[in-house]
Amino acid sequence: MKVGVVRFPGSNCDQDAYHVFKDVFGVSVQYLWHQEESINESDLVILPGGFSYGDYLRTGAVARLSPVMKSIIAHAHRGGYVLGICNGFQILCEAGLLPGALIRNTGLKFRCTQAWLRTERHDTVWTSAAPKDRPLQIPIAHGEGRYVADSETLTALENEGQIAFRYCTADGDPTEHANPNGSMRNIAGVMNREGNVLGMMPHPERAAEALLGSTDGRFILESIVSAIRARAR
Amino acid sequence: MISPDVYRPMGLNDLEYQQVEGILGREPTITELGMFAVMWSEHCGYKYSRPILALFKNYREAQEQGALENAGIVRLDDRLGIVFKMESHNHPSAVEPFQGAATGVGGILRDIFTMGARPIACLNSLRFGPIQGRSKDAIRNRYLFDGVVSGIAHYGNCVGVPTVAGEIMFHPSYSGNPLVNAMAAGVVELGHVAGARADGPGNPVLYVGSSTGRDGIHGATFASVQLGPDSDSRRPNVQMGDPFMEKLLIEATLEALATGDIIGIQDMGAAGLTCATSEMATKAGTGMEIDLLKVPRREAGMTAYEVMLSESQERMLAVCRKGAEDRVAAIYRKWELNAAVIGHVTAERILRIKTGDVIEAEMPSDALTDMCPVYRLDVEEPGYIKLAHAVEPLLLPEPTDYTDVLRRLLSSPTIADKNWVTEQYDSMVQTLTSQGPGQADAAVLRVRGSNRGIAMKTDGNGRYCLLDPYVGGMIAVMESARNVVCVGARPAAITDCLNFAAPEKPQVFWQFTRAVEGIAAASEALGVPVVSGNVSFYNETHEGAVLPTPVIGMLGIIDNPAEARGLAFLEEGDAILLLRADNDPSGGLGGSEYLSLIHQVEAARPPSIDLDAELRLHRALLWAIGQGLAVSAHDCSDGGLAVCLAESAIAGGLGASILLRYDVWPGLPPSAILFGEAQSRAVVTVRGEKHIKRLEQLAADAGVQAHWIGTVGGDVLRISLDGELIISEGIEQLRMAHRDAIPSIMAADRD
Repeated sequence: MKVGVVRFPGSNCDQDAYHVFKDVFGVSVQYLWHQEESINESDLVILPGGFSYGDYLRTGAVARLSPVMKSIIAHAHRGGYVLGICNGFQILCEAGLLPGALIRNTGLKFRCTQAWLRTERHDTVWTSAAPKDRPLQIPIAHGEGRYVADSETLTALENEGQIAFRYCTADGDPTEHANPNGSMRNIAGVMNREGNVLGMMPHPERAAEALLGSTDGRFILESIVSAIRARAR
Repeated sequence: MISPDVYRPMGLNDLEYQQVEGILGREPTITELGMFAVMWSEHCGYKYSRPILALFKNYREAQEQGALENAGIVRLDDRLGIVFKMESHNHPSAVEPFQGAATGVGGILRDIFTMGARPIACLNSLRFGPIQGRSKDAIRNRYLFDGVVSGIAHYGNCVGVPTVAGEIMFHPSYSGNPLVNAMAAGVVELGHVAGARADGPGNPVLYVGSSTGRDGIHGATFASVQLGPDSDSRRPNVQMGDPFMEKLLIEATLEALATGDIIGIQDMGAAGLTCATSEMATKAGTGMEIDLLKVPRREAGMTAYEVMLSESQERMLAVCRKGAEDRVAAIYRKWELNAAVIGHVTAERILRIKTGDVIEAEMPSDALTDMCPVYRLDVEEPGYIKLAHAVEPLLLPEPTDYTDVLRRLLSSPTIADKNWVTEQYDSMVQTLTSQGPGQADAAVLRVRGSNRGIAMKTDGNGRYCLLDPYVGGMIAVMESARNVVCVGARPAAITDCLNFAAPEKPQVFWQFTRAVEGIAAASEALGVPVVSGNVSFYNETHEGAVLPTPVIGMLGIIDNPAEARGLAFLEEGDAILLLRADNDPSGGLGGSEYLSLIHQVEAARPPSIDLDAELRLHRALLWAIGQGLAVSAHDCSDGGLAVCLAESAIAGGLGASILLRYDVWPGLPPSAILFGEAQSRAVVTVRGEKHIKRLEQLAADAGVQAHWIGTVGGDVLRISLDGELIISEGIEQLRMAHRDAIPSIMAADRD
């Protein structure tokens, strides 16, 4: 299997994503340059965190127009796996691969902190390895991570089981207090209807080694790595 | 004809102007005059501080060997080195806090990657005036505090370098002249450190990065004058930062350096093109000829003077191997940056600046650098010192409610939780951070490609330095070292940022000189070199000078970053021990936060420090951590022992029962025992009777006292003195006092 990590000008979590797949999971990884049209047979494409193209316009608005996005959209439409983290989530929304949008945090400040996430479903390629009895501790670091969508979209997301994670307390309650950025219905991560595209604001790659304070991010990455391996067999 | 009305506002005095004419053998052009003025400013030329900085052994030796730029590399292991530096951006931040602070971060990062090092951490040391209340000053100070923090966050977060530690203090002297000291560290392969020399006549000079605009003209000169009521009009002197460009510049530069085609490279920071061209040529003993028509510009109609003095950010100057310039330029263009050959290196040691065929400036290469005048300024001990030392803090009345004092100290902005600040910084990007903000006494990071990691912290107490700059300088070094030791790292190197008022005043220069002597003495005792640094003078407004504030940035090396110790209490039942090597008859009350906050007294002698005793404490701590005896460690500093214990309790969400005895502190009242800031002390927690015994033995071997003072447990912090309960408060109440102080102050401007 091969993981492709996209590098836009201004991506700054690309090297972290590369590191986690290569050194923690021992998976083959390649960078995908934003101006290349090919994703070079990647099974999983990572849209990493950062500030693509400086994000002067709207977060992710320019990145979605880049040559590499054309092939990523095609890859997603073919059923290929795409994971957008933080800025990558914003790009997926801009590109129309995921519904909704991410706007400025309610507190209007950038927030870098540990967050608790309730896994909404365990029968997806992204969450099969996640524990059922407790939430995941995975950090966030963003200024524009407040998930918004119109009420029909939200209802559809709920009905179709597209919500992957919600912000919650350490006990697993998705309370208002546990919501770090004002996201509607505490949404931290959503999938497309087919389930092959996931966007999330928290950073699983920052929670994959004990030294970093949490290893809960591994559950997500492990889930998708084993799904790809299973598919290959 | 150039009159004094022209050169004086640029910062040159009459004698210096005559020297300029002497060097050129004629009247300078206006472009030349601007170049001299900015390069001969204290900010660039260190004309006042250089003789004093020679007190740093390492600096002196490097200066003598002409190896100043390489002096900043600290060996991590056989393959990798750490580069780190600190720099002030005080004046720009006073006028335009967001951009001032942001460009401070940008500038220090360029200093790191220009050496071929990948930046892995930012720190910052900040000082502001008081932020509480509705006064005009308080409102302005909140604006500055908020703007500086946002600027640092914006730049660091976007550029993808984690901001991992620092400190913030508040004092009225910083009203109107905040201190913004930015520090950065990077990792470099030891064999691949890039230099900043313009070697090889005929080699092309490549301009890379952002285009040049009119921003920041004479920024370095602005840094070298006192702030006044008209300082707002200095806004055009403040540079504008673009972290996106910087991120591209980091990636492109590291990629370009890896090709080996770059001979030398330097940031265009203070004094922009003028500084980069003259310094690179001076270092190599060569000359340089450049054509300003080839400089990429963002606005039309710029004069030669403006192009040479612009401090537009995110630009660098590189000397390439001849014939390789297109390959190097292609790398920068791939990253969507400008890359233009603007000239070449010459054998003749002349710096020649042209616009097409017109010569705008022509002078010996070293005219702006080595020929910068150096002054020995007068020193005089200020009169206030003796008066201040006459104050005896032990004679002040005791408070009636020690719990209340503890709460007030915990919610004073200097001591209060800085989460409101640090949450705005991405402290985790690059996935290296093992101990982030608020978790331990120093930040701890692993280093990719090495088993070892680094620990870093900044410290500097202006109040101590006001009362005794020599002692204050020593304490700044030793406190930062102690912080690094408390996580389990060995102090390895120092960078500093020396913030003082106008050096022409003998009292100020006395403070400066004494502080540097103290830093030099402590660093030699520690056996740790001062490898880089920055001097910032003229930190004063019409209302007065800032506290003399030397800030130390300490780098430590840790063998196993995953094993670093935090400051939080960890488990019920853990024993709490105080390790101490202090012998301070006043208990360290002089110059303390307690004295200032509760008695409104900023006097007496600051805490004393015995360098040998401090080193014994470091040894004991490193042994205790290395042998797995101490499971947490936290040094006693601002607010003394009681605040130290409260911070560990709050961080761990666990209470403690503390039993203190008067006979351990002969002659001291409770206030000094609880809140005195005696140096050379740290609190550790230990698990199990056997480990306590071993730790006591180990401390005795190291020549340090180890007092068992209590046990972790419950949800209340109780402190009793000879059986009398004098502090008792729930952890949740302490946490609220500590955590909510700054957010609630900053919410005042919301409505």
